[in-house]
Amino acid sequence: MSSINEILAGHRFFRGVDPIFLRILNECAAMVDFEAGEIIFRQGHDAKRFYGLDRGRVALELHTPGNGTVVIETLGPGDIFGSSWLFPPYNYEWDARAVQDTRAVAFNAECLRDICEADHDLGYDLMKRFAGIMRNRLQMARLQCLDIYRLSDGSRL
Amino acid sequence: MPGYLQIVGRITAVTLVDTNLMVPVPFLVRRRFRETTDTVTLEMVPQQSQDRIDFSPGQFNMLYAFGIGEVPISISGDPARPETLMHTIRAVGAVSSALVRMKQGAMVGVRGAFGKGWPLHEACGKDVVLIGGGIGLAPLRPVIHHLLNNRKAFEGVTLLCGARTPRDIIFRRHLKRWQRRTDFQVEATVDAAGATWLGHVGVVTRLVAHLDSHPSNTIAMVCGPEVMMRFAVWELLQWGLAPDRIFLSLERNMKCGTGVCGHCQFGPVFVCTEGPVVSFECIEPWFHRREV
Repeated sequence: MSSINEILAGHRFFRGVDPIFLRILNECAAMVDFEAGEIIFRQGHDAKRFYGLDRGRVALELHTPGNGTVVIETLGPGDIFGSSWLFPPYNYEWDARAVQDTRAVAFNAECLRDICEADHDLGYDLMKRFAGIMRNRLQMARLQCLDIYRLSDGSRL
Repeated sequence: MPGYLQIVGRITAVTLVDTNLMVPVPFLVRRRFRETTDTVTLEMVPQQSQDRIDFSPGQFNMLYAFGIGEVPISISGDPARPETLMHTIRAVGAVSSALVRMKQGAMVGVRGAFGKGWPLHEACGKDVVLIGGGIGLAPLRPVIHHLLNNRKAFEGVTLLCGARTPRDIIFRRHLKRWQRRTDFQVEATVDAAGATWLGHVGVVTRLVAHLDSHPSNTIAMVCGPEVMMRFAVWELLQWGLAPDRIFLSLERNMKCGTGVCGHCQFGPVFVCTEGPVVSFECIEPWFHRREV
């Protein structure tokens, strides 16, 4: 089994992070496993952890009364989730469910915030990475809202 | 037989147009498969066997619904089986809707095959990534047949396909069959789904970041709504793929199919003859221009 350090070093989100930072981040990290179907967290609950997915698939979902559960997005190896650790009041905004047997590196949110406050270089590096992910997800969410397949008037395609 | 002399686009070239390409050949609808609520695949055979159409993956035909009109539709069948012609059609306008309504035994006029197909020769020995959105999977199906028929000639083969919802995915039976293969990675994603859907949720372009192959030995073939293709190109470039390794199937207003009428002009390219498949490098300066 790979160590947390090895997993972080090979993880897309942490690619290129200074090895010294990785060692510091490692202090807040633990490996976690989820079985397919297991709920990882619920909307509104305290965002105590943030996750870097190593294996498997996770669905971010929303329960809609009368319509059941709607999947907003699925995430795979190399993705992160649980970014509510960054913003007060530190509550998860979606449900997260393991779609397949899943392995992830879980970071203690409080520990991570303390580290970022203590070492602004590390904190800035992390924030830049989060900002990139959020920008990308916003762009993808906009595309989903656009309903591009319905918009297309092409018949040849 | 050569027909009449004509001057093509850039004046410098004078070519002969085969008048046969301007006359629709009658094909009989032998079978009809409903793909989604608004999309069907028609399996057709020529009334006379010598009229069969040999084609390259990515080429298209002009399909004529008699008395209504003609539309360009990509060929979606197996190039190794040219005796049957497959077209997957989505009901969008009057002609495509008439074609979608056609039943077994109906007659369709066919002209073709037209255009340049996918770069199969260039793909030999490389990882091949196919990205299809919505009915954009249809022009990619002949490539998939070709890749699987000649599997050893290529390295990794990956298909990323997207649709609105699980019900809007075309070729579902084929996808299931392909997903069972160990030498073909198939990832399906939808924009919206309930909890029973076990595939990906999110736009298809997001799957690019998860590709296993290496950009230096990869070629990508992309087909779908133009907005999707723009983002697919962006993701592929971000991933590290060179512009000359990205191929797109363009959709424009094709009428004659022979580069005469000019309706399908896209910058310097006549999509019906120099496309529909073009490399991104070739059209990059025009790709984001609204006027084109």
